[in-house]
Amino acid sequence: MKYTQGQYIIRAKEAIARNIYSFTIACPEVAAAAVPGQFVHIRANGFTLRRPISICCIDREQGTLRIVFEIRGQGTEEIARLNKGDLIDMLAPLGHGFTIDESFRKVVLVGGGIGTPPMLPLAKIYGEKAVMISGFRNAQAVILQDDFRATGAEAVLCTDDGSAGIHGFVTQPLKELAAQGGIDAVYACGPMPMLKGIAAICGENDIYCEISLEERMACGIGACLGCACRTKRNDEEYFAHVCKDGPVFRAEEVIW
Amino acid sequence: MADLSVNVCGVGFKNPIIPASGVFGYGREYEELFPLDKLGGIATKGTTLHRRTGNIAPRIAETPAGMLNSVGLQNPGIDHFIESELPYLLTKDTVILANIAGSTPEECAEVAAKLEDTDVHMIELNISCPNVKQGGAAFGTDCTMAAEVTRRVREATSKNLVVKLSPNVTSITEIAKSVEAAGADAVSLINTLLGMRIDINTGRPVLHNNVGGLSGPAVFPVAVRMVWQVANAVNIPVIGMGGVSSGRDAIELMMAGASAVQVGAAIFTDPFAPVRIVEEMNEFLDSKGIASVRDIIGTVKPW
Repeated sequence: MKYTQGQYIIRAKEAIARNIYSFTIACPEVAAAAVPGQFVHIRANGFTLRRPISICCIDREQGTLRIVFEIRGQGTEEIARLNKGDLIDMLAPLGHGFTIDESFRKVVLVGGGIGTPPMLPLAKIYGEKAVMISGFRNAQAVILQDDFRATGAEAVLCTDDGSAGIHGFVTQPLKELAAQGGIDAVYACGPMPMLKGIAAICGENDIYCEISLEERMACGIGACLGCACRTKRNDEEYFAHVCKDGPVFRAEEVIW
Repeated sequence: MADLSVNVCGVGFKNPIIPASGVFGYGREYEELFPLDKLGGIATKGTTLHRRTGNIAPRIAETPAGMLNSVGLQNPGIDHFIESELPYLLTKDTVILANIAGSTPEECAEVAAKLEDTDVHMIELNISCPNVKQGGAAFGTDCTMAAEVTRRVREATSKNLVVKLSPNVTSITEIAKSVEAAGADAVSLINTLLGMRIDINTGRPVLHNNVGGLSGPAVFPVAVRMVWQVANAVNIPVIGMGGVSSGRDAIELMMAGASAVQVGAAIFTDPFAPVRIVEEMNEFLDSKGIASVRDIIGTVKPW
């Protein structure tokens, strides 16, 4: 199975910050097939388009997936109304995930705001070999720090207003780590300006970098060509599609 | 089990349901979910003479009971389609409608001519794409241009020629009569309705193309009306589409006069929509004791 569509029971629901929810979903066949960086496409009752949400945790033993999402508009607001015990309609797992290389000795994971959750499966794989830099608007928006620390990764927290952790953007600690050297890969997800900054730092320091993008999406599987992203492959410009070619791209492929 | 088979200008379909051009790519992505032979037919992604990169994102926006798109006919070009996509599709037990488009009547004819030596079952000529600057809707909103491009393609092909019509016109029946007179074997309608959304926080249109095509349940009543009007105005078969999301919708469109039904945006909400709709049509016909779906075509009794 590459992907499937079905209705699955929500085992747990938790509000983990203002307008940010965590669902744990019982879906053994999806959990068995899912890899870090992939997403699920969730039907919102009363809406034509599904909403793509990144996978935050893959538990093959329990047969569950965890997703963490923010209410961004009416569709995600509708999804957030679902409760423990309700069925959630998912087309999943979708997309091209992160490249995992067990031989890497040091990796840096960077998450901005609601771009933080897809970094958790990577932190679980790399454990103590990973530094996780998270950035949020303020202390109230901070999520998942205990989860990251539990993986053994070093957790570095930044906030835009200095109300928690380092006062500033995620790019500052990343620059310092890059200057120290020894980083095999950087993985990042978050707002486009943040990703652009990270791609530039990795480019300057010649560090392998993968980033996860988002775009308004319809089919989720590469048929409708809705979620276009300007990329460059073999020196040729090409509108790739976030749902199938991505959401994870090599940073140097993306035309900013 | 009712007889769901239909016939459109001599081509037999095992059932009336066809995923519409643009939502289904060239079929491979949905084959992961269900066998393609469950479908009456497949209208393939609009294909042009040369590769097209399409429009800048965002290309998609949610709307009340529907969506806007402005993909802009991104496609790999007709040669790639014929070499790499069509042979595979033709191994499937379903009718293949090759949807084609072009910037000029000559380009449309050239694309159609390239399909002449293939075994594709039908050509669906798109004269109604709202998302490209040249050709597209410019052909479909003017009777003279619509007839001209149809005539040029007609001369280039002996395949069954379906012309896909735009609803963004004053009188769709006049356009339909023009393409019938120019040699179309059937018409399909409706393409999307031109629409627009604005993000009021930024003052920017949601779509980078500013405007795009509206589809989904919101347009269904417009589709029913236009299919009914066109079916009463021409003597060639009508393939209906526009906001169909259930078996009941498909039955309604056939009562309005459609001989077959395409399904578009519904597949984004429910990826199994085309096969579910076939099952729902069968249930409805059985519940009414109707032996064949053909018996409902055009049976609306107007007041």
